[in-house]
Amino acid sequence: MDFGFTTATYVVAAILFILSLGGLSGQESAKRAVWYGIVGMALAVAATLIGPGAGYWLLSIILIAGGGVIGYQLATKVKMTQMPELVAAMHSLVGLAAVFVGFIAHFEIGRVAGYLAEGNDPYALGTFAALIAKKTAVEINILRVEVFLGIFIGAVTFTGSVIAYGKLAGRVDSAAKKLPGGHMLNAGAAALSVICLIWYFNTGGFFPLFLMTLAALFIGYHLITGIGGADMPVVVSMLNSYSGWAAAAIGFSLGNDLLIVVGALVGSSGAILSYIMCKAMNRSFVSVILGGFGGPAGEQMAVEGEQIAIEADGVAAALNEADSVIIIPGYGMAVAQAQQGVAELVRKLRAQGKNVRFAIHPVAGRLPGHMNVLLAEAKVPYDIVMEMDEINDDFPSTDVAIVIGSNDIVNPAAQDDPNSPIAGMPVLECWKAKTVFVSKRGQGTGYSGIENPLFFKDNTRMFYGDAKASLDKLIPLID
Amino acid sequence: MKIGTPKETFANEARVAMTPDSAAQLQKLGHTCVIETGAGALSGFADAAYKAAGVEVVKTAAALFKAADVVAKVRPPSEAEVKRLRDGQTLISFFNPAGNKDLMEAAANKGATVIAMDMVPRISRAQKMDALSSMANIAGYRAVIEAGNNFGRFFTGQITAAGKVPPAKVLVVGAGVAGLAAIGTSTSLGAITYAFDVRPEVAEQVESMGAEFVYLDFEEEQADGSASGGYASVSSPEFREAQLAKFRELAPDIDIVITTALIPNREAPELWTEDMVKAMKPGSVIVDLAAEKGGNCKLTVMDEKIVTDNGVTIIGYTDFPSRMGAQASTLYSTNIRHMLTDLTPKKDGVINHNMEDDVIRGSTITHAKEVTFPPPPPKVAAIAAAPKKAPVKELTPAEKRANEVTAFKAQTKSQVTLLAIGGALLLLVGLVAPASFMQHFIVFVLAVFVGFQVIWGVAHSLHTPLMAVTNAISSIIILGALMQIGSASFLVILLAAVSIFMCGINIFGGFLVTRRMLAMFQKS
Repeated sequence: MDFGFTTATYVVAAILFILSLGGLSGQESAKRAVWYGIVGMALAVAATLIGPGAGYWLLSIILIAGGGVIGYQLATKVKMTQMPELVAAMHSLVGLAAVFVGFIAHFEIGRVAGYLAEGNDPYALGTFAALIAKKTAVEINILRVEVFLGIFIGAVTFTGSVIAYGKLAGRVDSAAKKLPGGHMLNAGAAALSVICLIWYFNTGGFFPLFLMTLAALFIGYHLITGIGGADMPVVVSMLNSYSGWAAAAIGFSLGNDLLIVVGALVGSSGAILSYIMCKAMNRSFVSVILGGFGGPAGEQMAVEGEQIAIEADGVAAALNEADSVIIIPGYGMAVAQAQQGVAELVRKLRAQGKNVRFAIHPVAGRLPGHMNVLLAEAKVPYDIVMEMDEINDDFPSTDVAIVIGSNDIVNPAAQDDPNSPIAGMPVLECWKAKTVFVSKRGQGTGYSGIENPLFFKDNTRMFYGDAKASLDKLIPLID
Repeated sequence: MKIGTPKETFANEARVAMTPDSAAQLQKLGHTCVIETGAGALSGFADAAYKAAGVEVVKTAAALFKAADVVAKVRPPSEAEVKRLRDGQTLISFFNPAGNKDLMEAAANKGATVIAMDMVPRISRAQKMDALSSMANIAGYRAVIEAGNNFGRFFTGQITAAGKVPPAKVLVVGAGVAGLAAIGTSTSLGAITYAFDVRPEVAEQVESMGAEFVYLDFEEEQADGSASGGYASVSSPEFREAQLAKFRELAPDIDIVITTALIPNREAPELWTEDMVKAMKPGSVIVDLAAEKGGNCKLTVMDEKIVTDNGVTIIGYTDFPSRMGAQASTLYSTNIRHMLTDLTPKKDGVINHNMEDDVIRGSTITHAKEVTFPPPPPKVAAIAAAPKKAPVKELTPAEKRANEVTAFKAQTKSQVTLLAIGGALLLLVGLVAPASFMQHFIVFVLAVFVGFQVIWGVAHSLHTPLMAVTNAISSIIILGALMQIGSASFLVILLAAVSIFMCGINIFGGFLVTRRMLAMFQKS
């Protein structure tokens, strides 16, 4: 097969990938879209295998199949509450692969240079080598920068994702932590990387590349360690974006347009997700990445009143009376694995002809869209799961709002108190409902450590206890 | 302790302070209950029902006062009833202590403890025993029903084969508990409902009930109702003028007016003047819930229904709760029961009259032979002061248009700037970079552009599948490894092999988990 055929296949694959992402605009078209992605990937791999440059194709197929078995196991076993961990873990693999492929490219450059010096025919080494051999000095320099960038981004993605995985899986403390020196350490590592770039650019030696890799690994580790658990949606989308840019950089160095296209698609997708998440928290991207909430800007409003507790029978009575109910799930629901109970409650309420809907804040959970997936798993129909903007105006005409395991995203201080650290963050205005029930483990504050005036409102009742246990008590009381 | 309820002596009073249900609850607190025969008859609770609930029935009021340790009733006690009180006995009822000084002193001299249900402080904890609110709720509902009874048309608008019926227009003045109840009833009957209150902070409550709040063109900052425990206070003469002018403007259009404006310890303010009544259409109805305090309309005759010369009916009844005896008794007896729950903290049938408790202290007007009225201010403020909100200015169409134009201009400007900068950068890169690089670079830029366009369309609920699928396709980096595994160098082969393996995990894992997730999304 000649090169033209491979290129043609790549074009088809690229179009399929674009359609695959575009198809995610709706739940039904998404089911078709994922097949486009699968076919595109199969085409791309097949074309590369039979195309020029590849060898050991039997070994390659065995390796892919072996990876596939593990991937299959992971994908079928993983619980939906563990999706954030899985996504983070998979990012780390892409990152590491980018680092390796970058190193390979570096070695090839070196070998081709050696071959040419000995006067041998570089075409014997394969197409990539042949490509390099044709390059002028300027092009080789650009190639070096591309390789360097690919490895750098790949390495940051790798350690960053490993730490994010650890935090999400609860294996690493999810609180924001920094080594002494803070951001200076990151800046130092970044400066070292720049020096290495210049060094590598001029000499082409392996050592600066290696040194930079270490620095990048450190940056990835330290950057993500400094970001707290609730900012994980931004972190995961950001790492998603990085893994794409890494692929694009590698694509440049290999001169492979498909890699560039897909890398750019993934990179921009992650960037947009990060932007949406940041906007939903009313924080700048930089402030999230540099970690932690800033201190309060001034005297915060004192919260007056008392938290009034209520038992399951009271909640049940109100639900039996209500015509319209809105449920606001948060990370606490995922932690307590309460989504099945919530779905059961919704089924019972809907069977009585009540209007039950879900309100999802963009940053609820630890992954963009996390709550939607959990609810879908529990067989909650997606057309009653609403976005914040769709449902926020409906609270005043709602009888009962139930807050399950969320805190900051329903904090009225974001609107009322200009000195609150979360002032200006868009929130779900559940307190406008006639009655609000808050299912919560105890009286503590949320991730941001801010007191939530919602809990003290006259129409709010606190339903203390583990979300799952509370629902188990509540469901039999609904008739 | 024995809780007793006599038959109300006030003429036509249908309510009763104990129902069979509340008696059952009181017995759970360790009390025993006694009732005068026929006390619940007018509210539809027969003696037999009380007996079935384990309540002792006695023949006369005198016997009841003798038997009971705690007497719970509705109306303020008559002189005869006060005379029957004895040392150590407790009386729970409405009392109006400010207007009934003599009776209060008489009760104190007798040594009886009197808890006035109309003195329960307005704090969150005491809402369950706030009988004024529960009675006002009934009054508001009944006022609309009473108005409808005297109004010759439908509330709701209809288009029928027999012609078009316009909806009734109802104005509720004063959006307290009674006002809000009236608004709710009126809107649910289908009338177009307007409401007015001097406290601007209730506008939101009014609107939440489905009525339209009548705003005045008035600049002066209104006194925040929270300063006076949620009650209205007296407004300035200028404000009153603006208010009356607004009402005058509305009067010819309104079919039913329900006035509920009361200021604590004052005569009711006159809000619906004679000329407004004259301006109304014949057949219109005014229900004046403030009739007892002189009425918000000066034409109102207390306890009577009159029709003016121009055919406007004015209802001045003061016994709306009593007109709904069964409902009123159920709610009032529950208020009493909650009061006794607080008085019996250990649920052992022993009353602990804790004068340190804000609610009990506030509502107790005589105790241990002394008059304890008026109470000291409660330790807890009734309502948190509402923060001042910057008014949101309603924009005129011209301003809106201007805003749109500026926004559009700003958008164009930022877009053009971005394009110019981006284009300049691209050209700059093109100047130094070789053509082979530029080929790939163009592909890259276009792909980023396509990516941005496509991803904005992705549904929010599918963000997790999006991440999984982008994860899978970012494993396209496998191509790089596949292309190079054919190398002769062992190190290269090893690195490439590991990369292929990892990407294999990712491709299969990513796509499969995406499919799994998408299969879960179901339509109802």
